[in-house]
Amino acid sequence: MKRSVLFNFLLITAVLTLGGAGCKKAPKGTTPIPARTVRAPGPGTGPGPIGPGGAVGEPGVGATGQGGVTSETLKTPEGFAQGDLETFEGMLMDPNAFATATVYFDFDSSVVKSIEQPKADSVADQLKLKPDHKLLIDGHCDERGTEEYNRALGERRALALREYLISRGIGGERIRTRSWGEDRPVDPGHNEEAWAKNRRGEFILLIPPK
Amino acid sequence: MRLFMTRSIWTGLALAALLPAAQPAETIKITEYAEPTQKPIPIALTGFSSEVARVLEFDLYVVGFKVVDEVAAQFTLRGGNSPQVEGRLTDNISKAVKFAKAYSGGSLRAQAHALADDVVEAVTGQKGIARTKIAFKVARGQSSEIYVADYDGFGATAVTQDGSVVAAPAWVPGQRKLYYVTYKFGNADIVWHDLGSGTRQLFARYTGSNITPAVSPDGRRVAMILSKGGSPDLYVADADGGNLRQLTRTREDESSPTWSPDGRLICVATRMDGRRVLATVPAGGGTLRRLAIAGVANPSEPDWSPDGRWIAFTAQMRNFEICVAPAAGGEAKLYTAGEDPCWAPNSRTLMFTRRVNGRRALSLLDVPTKQIKDAAQISGNNSQPAWAR
Repeated sequence: MKRSVLFNFLLITAVLTLGGAGCKKAPKGTTPIPARTVRAPGPGTGPGPIGPGGAVGEPGVGATGQGGVTSETLKTPEGFAQGDLETFEGMLMDPNAFATATVYFDFDSSVVKSIEQPKADSVADQLKLKPDHKLLIDGHCDERGTEEYNRALGERRALALREYLISRGIGGERIRTRSWGEDRPVDPGHNEEAWAKNRRGEFILLIPPK
Repeated sequence: MRLFMTRSIWTGLALAALLPAAQPAETIKITEYAEPTQKPIPIALTGFSSEVARVLEFDLYVVGFKVVDEVAAQFTLRGGNSPQVEGRLTDNISKAVKFAKAYSGGSLRAQAHALADDVVEAVTGQKGIARTKIAFKVARGQSSEIYVADYDGFGATAVTQDGSVVAAPAWVPGQRKLYYVTYKFGNADIVWHDLGSGTRQLFARYTGSNITPAVSPDGRRVAMILSKGGSPDLYVADADGGNLRQLTRTREDESSPTWSPDGRLICVATRMDGRRVLATVPAGGGTLRRLAIAGVANPSEPDWSPDGRWIAFTAQMRNFEICVAPAAGGEAKLYTAGEDPCWAPNSRTLMFTRRVNGRRALSLLDVPTKQIKDAAQISGNNSQPAWAR
């Protein structure tokens, strides 16, 4: 096991290094984007910037939102806005740390079932012991949905797990989410057994750079 | 749902009698597909050989023509393709020659496409689509790339060589420029990519998923789904990424925005009162309103027709079904099994994804005649077509 963790570590480092140096190997007609040097359009870009948590976290947003946007019956949950992506830059991904904590979902659902919650609890416990570490949650779907619907559903699943961890005392600024939709099945089969394995949320430990 | 439950009691009983007795009659659902609203226009082709004949037949079929023997034809296209494509179109009823033209330059395929477009314009008065382009996603194993091809799938070339996952290509109207999602940089980010210069640049890279870009008809704004606020919501930004504005604030997962041709409204898939629906919101901000569509369940992937009259979408019932409803809402018509429909510039032909033996392929549907033809495929799963228009 130690060897595989180390191998993974090296692999990730290698990938990140290659990613940074990819410009020279650009295939004709494409220009790679340097992953860590280009500043993303973020807070402060353009007029009317929306900072992380700015619009959503404010009390009173709802009946009379910005620009007359109304949302009386349906609301983005307050207090769950994500932090700045730059605070995650340079961290190393360790997919093995929580490999046994993968959470499974029901068809077309992003509810974290009570039977699955102990796995998320174990992740919360580990994160409490490592306050300088962070977390990436990957949401995945089975193939029984349209592609972009599934990409949004996978994000809802990752966000549901993020909300659960926040409720267990982990700071939301330590957790970022990513959805793969149905693009990364663990089982390529076309049956319920495969689908059940593919409807999942995976935890990836983010290790601070040395 | 009622549409599928009741063709008539008698049909249901007749079918029930044919099925094993264990299956109760009330569980039988008949998917009722729409009847064609137009008959194909019969046309004869004479004098063309091999590839040129096949191109002409394909081009005409997917816009509502059908190649028949000359005795049954309303029009005859006489010509040849050696050394270049020539054609003369005759109306067999009036005996009038509609046009006679010779084509030069480019490949024989390109000349044949040009001739097909001239036939379409001469007969219907509408502009043809035979020389348009598509972008789509090709997945092989765990990775996928964006491809661009002629509208019939020929001449496909990879736009990306990222070895990662890409998704949801969207054209800037009238330009050789795409927005799409790539995971190459460790996040689901939206980039724009100028196909002429090869320049590519990050467009949206906020924390969380940045997915499903849709460019406004004037090319100045981009709608997309971002989850930085804690839920997948609809946002609009200027084409350079500035001036970001949040348009929905729901707890649900919005997906697949599409613009009305006048740029005033955005239609998006979402969920209201526990049911998956399509809804519209003013592009400048305002109330999200459910689009009342009867006859289908679980709509997603809306695409607004360029003429503004229709919204094509995927309904997920027992299978995925390609549907079309009036843009203001109303009764949806089902056309064929498939997903992710995308309108051609002519507002009558759709390209969509079919699942065949666990594999995805691109296909074309001429909505008024219901004629269907597969596009040329490249190896792997071909999906998410986006028509340059």
